Amino acid sequence: MLGKLSWSAIPFDQPIPLIAGAVVVLLMLGALALVLAKGWMPYLWKEWITSVDHKRLGIMYVLLGLLMLLRGFIDAIMMRAQQAVAYHAQGYLPPEHYNQVFSAHGTIMVLFAAMPLVIGLMNFVVPLQLGVRDVAFPTLNSVSFWLTATGALLVNISLVVGEFARTGWLPYPPLSELRYSPGVGVDYYLWAVQISGIGTLLTGINFVTTILKIRAPGMTYMRMPMFSWTALASCLLILAAFPVLTATLAMLTLDRYLGFHFFTNEAGGNAMMFMNLIWAWGHPEVYILVLPAFGIYSEVISTFSGKPLFGYRSMVAATLFICVVSFMTWLHHFFTMGAGGDVNAAFGISTSIIAVGTGVKIYNWLFTMYGGRIRFTTPMLWSMGFLTTFITGGLTGVLLAVPPADFILHNSMFLVAHFHHVIVAGVVFALLAGIEFWWPKAFGYRLHEGWGKATFWFSIVGFYVTFMPMYVVGILGMTRRLQHYDVAEWHWWLQISSVGVLILIVAAGCQVAQLLVSYIRREELKDITGDPWNGRTLEWATTSPPPVYNFAVLPQVIDTEYYWELKQRAFEQARLSEEPKYEAIEMPRNSPTGFVCAFFATIIGFALIWHIWWLMIVGLIGAYATFVVFAWRDVPEYMIPADEVAQQDRARRAARQHILNTGEVAWQ
Amino acid sequence: MIFIRRVGRRVLPCFCVLAAGLLPSLAQADSILEPVGPVGKGDALIMMDALVIMLAIVIPTMIATLGFAWWYRASNTRAVYRPDFTYSGKIELVVWSIPTLTIFFLGGVIWIGSHTLDPFTPIPSAAKPLEIEAVSFDWKWLFIYPEQNVATVNQLVVPVGRPLHFRITSASVFNVFFVPRLGSMIYAMNGMVSQLNLRADKPGKYLGFSAHFSGDGFPDMRFDPVAVPAAQFANWANGVKGAQLDRNALGQLLKQSRAVKPYAYRGVDPALFDAIAARRVAPGEGPEGGRGGAEGRNVMPHGGAP
Repeated sequence: MLGKLSWSAIPFDQPIPLIAGAVVVLLMLGALALVLAKGWMPYLWKEWITSVDHKRLGIMYVLLGLLMLLRGFIDAIMMRAQQAVAYHAQGYLPPEHYNQVFSAHGTIMVLFAAMPLVIGLMNFVVPLQLGVRDVAFPTLNSVSFWLTATGALLVNISLVVGEFARTGWLPYPPLSELRYSPGVGVDYYLWAVQISGIGTLLTGINFVTTILKIRAPGMTYMRMPMFSWTALASCLLILAAFPVLTATLAMLTLDRYLGFHFFTNEAGGNAMMFMNLIWAWGHPEVYILVLPAFGIYSEVISTFSGKPLFGYRSMVAATLFICVVSFMTWLHHFFTMGAGGDVNAAFGISTSIIAVGTGVKIYNWLFTMYGGRIRFTTPMLWSMGFLTTFITGGLTGVLLAVPPADFILHNSMFLVAHFHHVIVAGVVFALLAGIEFWWPKAFGYRLHEGWGKATFWFSIVGFYVTFMPMYVVGILGMTRRLQHYDVAEWHWWLQISSVGVLILIVAAGCQVAQLLVSYIRREELKDITGDPWNGRTLEWATTSPPPVYNFAVLPQVIDTEYYWELKQRAFEQARLSEEPKYEAIEMPRNSPTGFVCAFFATIIGFALIWHIWWLMIVGLIGAYATFVVFAWRDVPEYMIPADEVAQQDRARRAARQHILNTGEVAWQ
Repeated sequence: MIFIRRVGRRVLPCFCVLAAGLLPSLAQADSILEPVGPVGKGDALIMMDALVIMLAIVIPTMIATLGFAWWYRASNTRAVYRPDFTYSGKIELVVWSIPTLTIFFLGGVIWIGSHTLDPFTPIPSAAKPLEIEAVSFDWKWLFIYPEQNVATVNQLVVPVGRPLHFRITSASVFNVFFVPRLGSMIYAMNGMVSQLNLRADKPGKYLGFSAHFSGDGFPDMRFDPVAVPAAQFANWANGVKGAQLDRNALGQLLKQSRAVKPYAYRGVDPALFDAIAARRVAPGEGPEGGRGGAEGRNVMPHGGAP
C-alpha cells in the first residue's frame, strides 16, 4: 500500500535531523496557524499563490531562495564544525549523516538557493527594464515557480522521511547506482532536481520568448539594459543545458528503477559517460548563475558611478562570448581521468579563454568607475567586494584549468575554496546587491543602510577567513568530503575556517536584522517617487511598487538609457513630458494552475521515491486534469479601466513634479 | 570615502596575517609544493609559472580597482566627473588584448605541460620501471606487485629512484589514486585501466589516499606510501608473508569494509588484475540496504557481465 515507506524511514536513531525536522515542521504549522487565525488566507491565495504577476512571482522566488540559502548555510555550519573537531576523531556526525549534509548543501545552494534568487530577480526586473507589462506566458511562469518550490520541498522532506543522497551534489555513478546506494536518498535527489529542472526549463523558454519578442516599442537589442542582456544569455544557456540534465538524470533513473545499464558496473554500462553528460550541463549551469550576476553588477556600478556602462557593446559581446564558450569546457572537471595530452590541453585552453570575456568585463567596470562620481551605498559596496575578490577567484580557476596543476589540485580543498570564491563573491554578493538595489522598487521602501553595510563587512571578512584556509589545506594535500582525518597540519587551518563561519553567522544575523529594521522603519525609508538611486533604466520610471500593469502607457524608447535622457530633459526644462492619453489595459487573470500542478507534482515525486504506484497514478491524473481545465478556460484576461490607470499615473506624475518644483531628490 | 579607508584598515591586515602564516606552512610535510619526484616537481613548476603569469595582470587590475574607486568617490572634489566618457576604441582594444595575449601565453604553457606531464607518459630512465597494479575496493586499496608475486592492502612500498608504472582500476565505484608529494593523481574506474608514471627521489613516508569521494568508508582509504632504497625494497618484497591472493581472497576484498589495517598476500593470481579490469569478476558488493531501501534491490546477480 505504501510502497517502501514504513516507520523505519523516520531516523529516530539520529537526533540531529529529527530535531531539525521537527523544528521546521513546527515553524511551518505555526505560520499556517497564524495565517488561518488572522484570516490572511484569502489574501494570500488571491494575491500571491494564484498570482501570475511577474513581480509577485519574482518576490516569491527570492523568498524561496533566501529560505533555502539559510538551509544550505546551516548545512555549511555543520560541515565546518565537523571538520574542525574530526581530527583523530569521528566528530559529531557519522559518515552516513555527514555525506548527506554535504550532498544536500551543494544541491540546495546551487539549485534551490542561487537558481531561485537569480530567476527571481530576472522575473522581477526584466519585464520592467524592457518596458512591458508581463512575461510572454504569465501562467507558465507561475507553474515554473511552483515546480521549483516542489523540488525544494522534496529535498527538505528527505530530512525526516528517509534520507538524502550520500553521493555528493552530482550523483556520480556507480556510487549512485542501486548496488551502492540502495536507499531512497538518490531517488529524492533525482525527482527533486528533475521536477524543479522542468520548472527552470519553462522559465528559460518564457524569458527567451519575452526578451526576443516582447519589448517596449523602440527597444532594439542594442538599447536593452545590460541585466536584460545577461538574462537573455542565461536563459539561452538554460534552454541548451537543462534538457541535457533532464536526459542524464532520466538515464540514471532508468538504471535505478527499471534495471537499465547506462552507467552501471555491469552489462557494459559506462559511468564515465555520466561525468561527461552531467558536466555538459553542470559547467554552463555555473554561467547561468554568474551571467545575470554580472548583469546586476553592471547596473549597480553604472548607477552609483553616475555614468552609463562603459563599452556597452563590448560588454554584450563578452556576455555572448562567455555564453558560447561555456559549452566547450566541461572536460576540465575530470582532467585526471587520463584523456591524454591533446584532449586535456584543448579543454584547458578553452577554459582559460573564458577568462578573456570575464577580463573584458572587469576592465569595462573599471572604466565605468573612471570619471564617475561614485556613491558607496550598500549595493556598490557589494560590487566593490566582488571586483576585488572575484579577480583572485578567477585566477585560481584558471590555475585549475592548467591540466598539470589540476593533476595535483583536482578534488582538493583548493578546488572547494576556488568555487566558493567565485560563487560567493560572484553570485551571492550580486544577489544581495540586487536585492538591496531593487528592494525599494518591489516594496516601496529602501533597506536600512547601516545594517546593510554591517552585513557587507562581516560577510567579506567572514568570507576570507572561511575560504582562504581552504586554499592552504588544499595545497597541503587535503581532499574534499572528508568526514574525519588525522593530519595535524590541516587541523588548525580548518579551525580558522570555522571561525570564519562564525563571522558569517554574524553577517547572516545582520542581514535578517536589516530586513526587520527596514520593515519597522518603512515610513521613514519610503521611496515616494519610484527612483530612489538616480536610476538609468526603465524600471525606475514607474512607481515603487509598480502597479500591476507596470507602465500606464508603454514607453516609446528612442535611445539607450532612454529613461535617463527623459529625466535629464525634465530637470532641464523643470517640467514633465506631456500627459499621455490613457487607455484601458488588458491583464492576465490569476490562475491556481501553477499551484495545483505543483501539488500533484509533489505527490508524483513522493510516490515515485517511495514506489507508491497507485499514488503516482493519482498524481498524474490530477496533473493532467489541471492542464485540461486550464486549456479550456474561457476568460483568460480582465480589463483595467482607463480612469483607474489615469488616476494612478497622475499620482506618480504629481510625486515627480514635486521633485522638479522643490529639487528634493532622494539620492543626495 | 571612508569605506575605502576601511578596506585598507580591515582587509589588508587579514591578508598580511594570512600570508605570514601561509608561507612557512605551505612548505610543511605533504604539501604539493614540496614534491619528491620529477612528476610532482613538473606539476608544481607549471602551477607556479601559471600563477606568476596571471599575477602579472591581476595585481595591477586589483590596484586599479581600488585606486579608481578611491579617487572617483563622490566626495572627492578634485576628481573630474566625465559622465560622457562611455566608449573608447583604444581602451576596448587594450582590454580585449591584455587577457587575450595572457591566455595565448598561458595556452602555450598548458599545451606543453599537458603533453610532457601526461600521466600515461613514461618517465625517461635507464632503469626498467617497477610494475604495480592498483585496485580500489570499498574501502581499501590493493597493490599487486606482479614481478615480486606479492600484493598488499592499504600499504604501498616503493623503491627510491626507480620509475614506477601503475596500472589502476576499480572493483567498485570511482576513486582517485593520489600521493600529493609524488605528483599527478588519476582516476580508478571500473571496467577501465588508467596508467600513472611516478618516481620517488627521496626515502620517506608520504601521505597517500583516495581523492574522490566513494562512500561511507572513504576517509579511511589511506595507503601512506613508503619510499625505501632499492636493496631494502628487494628485502621487503622477499620477506612479505601472507595468504595466497586468489578468487576466494578476492571475494573477501569485494565486501565493504572500513579502516582496514595494512596486510599482505604472498602469491598472486597473475590474471587477477585483468580479470577485474575486464569485469570478468563481479563488482564490489555494496551495502546491505539503505534507509528506505531494505527491499527492492534491483541489481544483477553476482557474476558480472554476461
